[in-house]
Amino acid sequence: MTMTATTDRTLPDPADRRAAAHAFIAGQARWRWPEAVFWLVAAASLVIFPHSLVLAAQVLIAGLFALSLDLILGLGGIVSLGHAAFFGLGAYTAGLLAAHGWNEPLTGLVAAGLVAGLVGFATSFIVVRLKGIALLMVTMGVALLLHEVAQKAHAITGGDDGLQGISMAPILGLFSFDLYGRTAFIYTLAVVFACFLVARRLYNSPFGLALKGMRENGRRVPAIGGSIRRHSALIYTIAAVMAGIAGGLLAQTTEFVSVEVLGFQRSAEVLIMLVLGGAGLLYGGFVGAAVFLVARQILSGIDQTYWFFWLGLMLVLVVLFARNGLLGGAKALLARWRRA
Amino acid sequence: MTSALQTAGLCRNFGALAVTQNVDFVLPVGARQALIGPNGAGKTTFINLLTGLLQPSAGRIRLGGEDITALAPEMRVRRGLVRTFQINTLFPALTPLEAVTLARLEQRGASRRWLGALSGQRAAIDEAYDLLERIGLGADALQETRSLPYGKQRLLEIALALACEPRVLLLDEPAAGVPARESAELFEVIARLPRDLSILFIEHDMELVFRFAERITVLVAGAVLTEGTPAEIASDPQVRQVYLGSAGHG
Ligand SMILES: Nc1ncnc2c1ncn2[C@@H]1O[C@H](COP(=O)(O)OP(=O)(O)O)[C@@H](O)[C@H]1O
Ligand SMILES: [Mg+2]
Repeated sequence: MTMTATTDRTLPDPADRRAAAHAFIAGQARWRWPEAVFWLVAAASLVIFPHSLVLAAQVLIAGLFALSLDLILGLGGIVSLGHAAFFGLGAYTAGLLAAHGWNEPLTGLVAAGLVAGLVGFATSFIVVRLKGIALLMVTMGVALLLHEVAQKAHAITGGDDGLQGISMAPILGLFSFDLYGRTAFIYTLAVVFACFLVARRLYNSPFGLALKGMRENGRRVPAIGGSIRRHSALIYTIAAVMAGIAGGLLAQTTEFVSVEVLGFQRSAEVLIMLVLGGAGLLYGGFVGAAVFLVARQILSGIDQTYWFFWLGLMLVLVVLFARNGLLGGAKALLARWRRA
Repeated sequence: MTSALQTAGLCRNFGALAVTQNVDFVLPVGARQALIGPNGAGKTTFINLLTGLLQPSAGRIRLGGEDITALAPEMRVRRGLVRTFQINTLFPALTPLEAVTLARLEQRGASRRWLGALSGQRAAIDEAYDLLERIGLGADALQETRSLPYGKQRLLEIALALACEPRVLLLDEPAAGVPARESAELFEVIARLPRDLSILFIEHDMELVFRFAERITVLVAGAVLTEGTPAEIASDPQVRQVYLGSAGHG
């Protein structure tokens, strides 16, 4: 063809260009310095906010939960109004195991992820066939159903009163959970970081590319031999496992579970956190969770109605002015500033 | 003559509108065949039926020896029936390299690997890059698709299809919206494709059709009007009437 767009990425020699192609793909997975800053700050909470470690752990857990939603929404393009189903399943699995004597934390978490993942896998076959309102209703329906079951099974779950008698064994048999939440925080940070690494790897994997393709143009995917349903089912299942681990972490670190973990409010809040932080960016869920929970802590301390007012205002402003949440907005600003 | 692709009694209605009417169609192996007809004749619909984007109201489709009428679109692609789109259907935020790599990964059955790095798929990336280089997009491989000039996006449409290792290639107006001189270049690219590849293309520019097609099928109001060599079609009074009778075809 005759038209040639000369840009900084145009290299004259095909051999160089082929090397550049590989370098381009590899470069996308490279760690950026803001990522290092993010995790260093998270770890430094231990010394910076020694009296707010419980809140810090909550932020990490909510962030992991939002990250799992980001996998299906931001990457897979599946909107769910019932993601708490998997969070709650994980929480109850870890909680019930511990309450009945299996209180080793790590295996408890694995079980939480497995149970949530199994239900995610089972429901994925319905979910991937749906779009729009039907998808919202079914995802919400599954969570409501589980919520109702947990409510009715008061004898087992404790219902609204909560599951009593959870007491966790020391982690790896060495580190006991303490009153200040130090062990809980470190444990949470380690698990959340490990899960994040998996999500990040997925993001930069062949499957991550397939999901980006799906998000960019679902119509083309079958035309290049890809199955939207099978892709969607896989990401839905992986996200369910991750949500289950987040739920398990909550149950273990707070040593408490109530039906609220399966509630609609939890599904709605995680969606708000992700939208607030920015979907499809890996870190949006953490940013959203931090802003959401810290703001709630401060504002609802003043007045409960205050919190809803400011949350509403914040949501409206972010959706109106930052195209993809706080993180997306910050990225856009940074890009503009660099170009100027 | 063995057929690469064949339909028998293919029909499709949209409500009361019969858009495909009892089409018996044969695409021989190695064909360079054009599908022509006035705007709204049902050419795109026919390709949508062949590729499984639409389900026929009646009739069968065979690819090689196999009945594929009930097969999902992606399964037809895996069997070598691949198309391009009249209106760009690309991945705007991906680079051509990523898009074609994805097509290669789907072909290799590697698109659901989620614990390995994409950069580890060196063979798929090499194949994608080589294909882009061959088709003349080597210098643009790392640009966002949406930033490419329109003509190059049309080329990428074809590159994505070629990445699927087609045995039968269906090109829906590959040069739609491209200026005349560039569309000739686009067809040169198509003409250089391997001879064992069977190609059906839709095109409105009769000069291009007569230059690149060895056989021509004429579709009017969803039904096959006639089929023949370019010389036969050019002298067919029915075809003349359709084309002289209808002023616009776009
Ligand atoms: N999804 C649809 N629903 C209803 N009518 C359609 C649909 N797709 C195409 N048509 C109609 O079918 C006819 C053929 O369209 P099309 O196959 O795009 O024609 P061509 O590609 O030959 O220009 C047109 O009259 C068009 O309006
Ligand atoms: Mg058309």
